[in-house]
Amino acid sequence: MVPLTALQPGQIGLVHQLRGGHRFVSRLAALGFTPGAPVTVTRNHGVGPLIVAVRGAQVALGRGEASHVLVFREEAGDATIGQD
Amino acid sequence: MQRLARTEMEATASQAVECATIKVALTGQPNVGKSTIFNGLTGMNQHVGNWPGKTVEQKTGGCTRGAMQFDFVDLPGTYSLTANSVEERIARDYILHERPNVVVAVVDAAIPERSLYLLAELLLLPAPVVLVLNMMDVAAQEGIQVEPQVLEAALGIPVVPMCATKGQGFEALLDAVVAVWDGAYPYNPHRPVILPAHQTVLEQLIAWIAVYVPSTYPADWVALKLLEGDDEIVAVMQAALPAEVWAHVHDTLLQHEDAILDIAGARYAWIGRMIRAAVVRPKVGPMGLTARLDRVLTHPLWGTLALLGVLGVVFWLTYAIGSPLQSGLDELLRQGAEVLSDGLQGVLPLWLVALLADGLLGGAGMVLTFLPILVIFFAVLGFLEDTGYMARAAYITDRFMHAMGLHGKSFLPLLLGFGCNVPAILGARIIETKRARWLTILLAPLIPCTARMAVVAVLAPIFFGEAAVWVAWGLIAANLGVLAVLGIVFHRLVLKGEQSMFIMELPLYHLPNARTIGIHVWQNVLAFLQKAGTVILAVSVVVWALSYFPVDGDVTQSYLAWIGRGLTPLGRVMGLPWMLMVALLTSFVAKENTIATLGVLYGNFEALLPALITPPAALGFLIVQMLFIPCVATVAAVKQETRSWAWTLLSLGLMLVISLGAGILVYQAGTLLMGG
Repeated sequence: MVPLTALQPGQIGLVHQLRGGHRFVSRLAALGFTPGAPVTVTRNHGVGPLIVAVRGAQVALGRGEASHVLVFREEAGDATIGQD
Repeated sequence: MQRLARTEMEATASQAVECATIKVALTGQPNVGKSTIFNGLTGMNQHVGNWPGKTVEQKTGGCTRGAMQFDFVDLPGTYSLTANSVEERIARDYILHERPNVVVAVVDAAIPERSLYLLAELLLLPAPVVLVLNMMDVAAQEGIQVEPQVLEAALGIPVVPMCATKGQGFEALLDAVVAVWDGAYPYNPHRPVILPAHQTVLEQLIAWIAVYVPSTYPADWVALKLLEGDDEIVAVMQAALPAEVWAHVHDTLLQHEDAILDIAGARYAWIGRMIRAAVVRPKVGPMGLTARLDRVLTHPLWGTLALLGVLGVVFWLTYAIGSPLQSGLDELLRQGAEVLSDGLQGVLPLWLVALLADGLLGGAGMVLTFLPILVIFFAVLGFLEDTGYMARAAYITDRFMHAMGLHGKSFLPLLLGFGCNVPAILGARIIETKRARWLTILLAPLIPCTARMAVVAVLAPIFFGEAAVWVAWGLIAANLGVLAVLGIVFHRLVLKGEQSMFIMELPLYHLPNARTIGIHVWQNVLAFLQKAGTVILAVSVVVWALSYFPVDGDVTQSYLAWIGRGLTPLGRVMGLPWMLMVALLTSFVAKENTIATLGVLYGNFEALLPALITPPAALGFLIVQMLFIPCVATVAAVKQETRSWAWTLLSLGLMLVISLGAGILVYQAGTLLMGG
């Protein structure tokens, strides 16, 4: 289990847990970051915000926010499956 | 069941009336094209105001079709209906308490899964829902196929495919609204159900609270919101429940604090079932337009260069087209004032002629000459916004904004500030947390607006000749430098505490809609005109009166001169005669007044000024002018948006101290260097 920030562009993670206040969890849950949901990292340059694809939408997440999203890293090759 | 029966009875009753009115609420997540649909439905027949007691824009409007009158209210765009933000509260309170006849839920056909989340929440509220699948064209462009009939069969509610930017689907939408309202449509929604894991808890909660729930709320919905940890509903029920019942409820909620994730997960699972047959996604086809554009536009290096290029074009367009128009209008205004004073001389009392020519035309009229520049600037920014590019600009600038404790979302309002500070301050509404919003509002007046740049454009060449361009760039850089330092200081020392969250959707790129941009420009311009017609007009007259009386028309003996002479000691440390201090004072009304005042006080100031003040004093004056307290309209906007006199006065005080401090510093240091 790793934070979303540990994923490289193109990698997919399955959401496991959201760590943060109630407001944070509630907002991300509404955007589709629910347990088991696949999240594809589009941009992650080591500094600055990330861009991830979740539930068909592109979402920019601050680094702090992304580090509170814990995911299971999916092996490459499973990239095309991943719908729940 | 009872509630539903009542709604039906009401519906039948109102049908009997000759001209029936249907109250329709428009809902949808941000970026689904809801505004375009609202504008398409209502045209110019709309009213823009604020929600009572809130700094959230409220748009209402109407249209008629045959004997049918539709009243629309455009609810704020929200991702969900939990009380996370003021927008979400407004949206759900309206549906719960104002009881619209029909709710229209707009979803983005290109992002069906995510944008249906709001529908999953809406179906639990007591109002029939018509679903709009908007942006069918964008979906096709991204290779996503959605079949409305299949989705309709799954959901049991009307589904209307639309392409609002091309004007397609409006008739079908109104038909569906009427059909749901008069009962012609067999409305039978499949509502999402909660996961079995929490089903028993939910039933237990309902059993406890049912008799105590205030009548405007459905009990099962309240129970679900309690389980989701909704602050507002928790507070409502804590007040409504007897203490011992609340204790049970509270304990249960503590044990199920994680329920929100399961509930959201269950809604997404429900959405998955609903769209399984209706949505066909590309396997691994060619990349969509958005992905291809974003390879460049969100790239750390190319994206930054692209943004700089875009900004360059924005400003070039604004000034290349706008400046000649502004000078033209200005010239026209001068001639108009001359004609007016010549024509009315002898007809009206002297002071009244002067009031009309110098006070009204020279003051408020002068401000209006900036209209072309503003229109072009807002049109270009509206265009960029409507394509979806602005979210990328926010993403690119986020890392720079972070140092000030702000994030990318503050970029757009600050950018608007280059046009006029007032929309910049109103634009800060898009920032969710109060801390980041207030900081943005505090910093926005440091952005040099067109009016301040106009003053520099006139004065810098007088003092610095060929080097004026460099002085102007230096002044802009100085302002932005002060903005950055002030931001960092406030972030580190004053406003400690939680950073605001940066969670922002990047919408799919799409062709912008001329009507949406037009309405965007019109509303910004209208706000500006209202200010010019009221605050600026009133203060222009006051300043004119101060400069005219008590000795008719002799400005050197006027009240204004008296005030200015009082400022002589302050002027001396900046190397400025009192006339320039008065010019600064009048810039409080509108920045352009600096020039107008110098014209009144000196006559031909272009020729006189270089001999009267030294280059360090001139540079100091320009710096003070750029950093000085914002104009009245901006101050009014700060007060209106923060509803805090303390913050407004803090903002004024800071600008005053910084500007005068910088002016004194530049003059004293410059004099030392030159004399040294």
